Amino acid sequence: MFRREAGRAVATLARVTGDLDRAEEAVQGAFLVALERWPTDGVPADPAAWIYVTARNRALDALKRESRRADAGALEALAAPEQPEEPWPDDRLALVLACCHPALAPEARIALTLRHVGGLTTAEVARTFLVSHDAMAQRLVRARGKLRGAGIAIEVPGRGAMTARLASVLATLYLVFTEGYSATAGDALVRRELCAEAIRLARLVAVLAPDEREARGLLALLLLQDSRRRSRTDASGRLVLLARQDRALWDADEIAEARRLLAGAGDGPYALQAHIAAEHARGTTDWHAVAALYARLGALDPSPVVRLNGAVAIAEAEGAQAGLDAVDAAGRLGALDGYHLFHSTRAELLRRLARNEEACVAYGQAVALATNEIERAFLADRLAALTP
Amino acid sequence: MKYALLIYGDESSMGSTPPDEMGKMMEGYRSFGERNAAAIQAGDALQPTANATTVRVRDAERVLTDGPFAETREQLGGFYIVDAAGLDEAVDLAAQIPGAHTGSVEVRPVMVFEDAP
Repeated sequence: MFRREAGRAVATLARVTGDLDRAEEAVQGAFLVALERWPTDGVPADPAAWIYVTARNRALDALKRESRRADAGALEALAAPEQPEEPWPDDRLALVLACCHPALAPEARIALTLRHVGGLTTAEVARTFLVSHDAMAQRLVRARGKLRGAGIAIEVPGRGAMTARLASVLATLYLVFTEGYSATAGDALVRRELCAEAIRLARLVAVLAPDEREARGLLALLLLQDSRRRSRTDASGRLVLLARQDRALWDADEIAEARRLLAGAGDGPYALQAHIAAEHARGTTDWHAVAALYARLGALDPSPVVRLNGAVAIAEAEGAQAGLDAVDAAGRLGALDGYHLFHSTRAELLRRLARNEEACVAYGQAVALATNEIERAFLADRLAALTP
Repeated sequence: MKYALLIYGDESSMGSTPPDEMGKMMEGYRSFGERNAAAIQAGDALQPTANATTVRVRDAERVLTDGPFAETREQLGGFYIVDAAGLDEAVDLAAQIPGAHTGSVEVRPVMVFEDAP
């Protein structure tokens, strides 16, 4: 019920004690005490602060009971303030930076962030990874063990290190979102919640790190992609191409918020991708502008996938032949042979050039490589339409 | 001559070792240390590999990997014991070691025992 408030209390206690397990345990304990007392004593004036102070006292008691020498520092830090500092500091940025530390495996970053910053239960995190509760619980224990054992500090690094560390946070949140948005498997409702959670966390990071413009760029990008979720598939669950989507279904509030964010989001990779998405959200897409944005993005991120997407924009701006040349140039970088969208893009451009036989071969390769059922069905339809 | 004595073992058996056997082993280490105090320059137990981070620097880009992932063609060639405020500081030091630019440096926290003086 107090998932959001719990996250703040856990973050502060984790920073002070340097021990995420202990922080979670103490805050859970505090909620149990609240369940017991509040119905008879009444809800305190500031429930969040009450939870924090109660949890802090529980952590202090537990530390005293164990009186381990290794915890002397934490004991001192906990006992120091008689009351929590005013205003109560928001340590969630420090916690998300620690949970997304580059020394952790990428899956561990996602799991820790969803569990401890997002406040999802272990069972909920397990469902998003499609693994058993026990397997996820074990993975979380191991990741928290590394946080504590390896000395990953729960603190906001100095300005010099901040941008690099934040990049890992943004990449993690983007992974959470894409897992929900273009899932290869899983339950639709869980997927939707994952997207919402990624946006909520990106918003939190953008607010807590106002000097980091890429955080706003990422939030804008997620909002723009999310704004199209209702038009991406038709009533029977089939994929609808961007050009054929019903724009009336796009979420105007999300698009408007993203545009406001982009005004101050700079021109990092996420901001550029958001600018591209914003261009698509206009009444008519200016494909020359999109191709130019992809060229700038390609200079920052010279990956074959970016080149491929840029080639699609070139096809729309300059025609199918120019597009096909750009697609094949991207293909020569390698690493795209096993990517179904590379083959489906080639197929579509070959079809437009009336090179139907080659188009059929390319569609066939795309169908064979697609793992998402919705995408596979879409590609199979295209192939069937071309086959005489 | 100085020598590094590198201790290898199966860390997965650590948790399942009965306490009396564990105590015997710890006593063995204690007495080894006492008997050979004059020869031993430095030594520590390490935390399990689950808490290791591997640092590589390539084209001035620092790449961290979770775990002790030296490539099979890389062999242990030296070590430092450093004092750092946390993992970030330890990684900063590791990234400055020339070996991190050609091979890799495993950053493994030293074990702190409950009853250490």
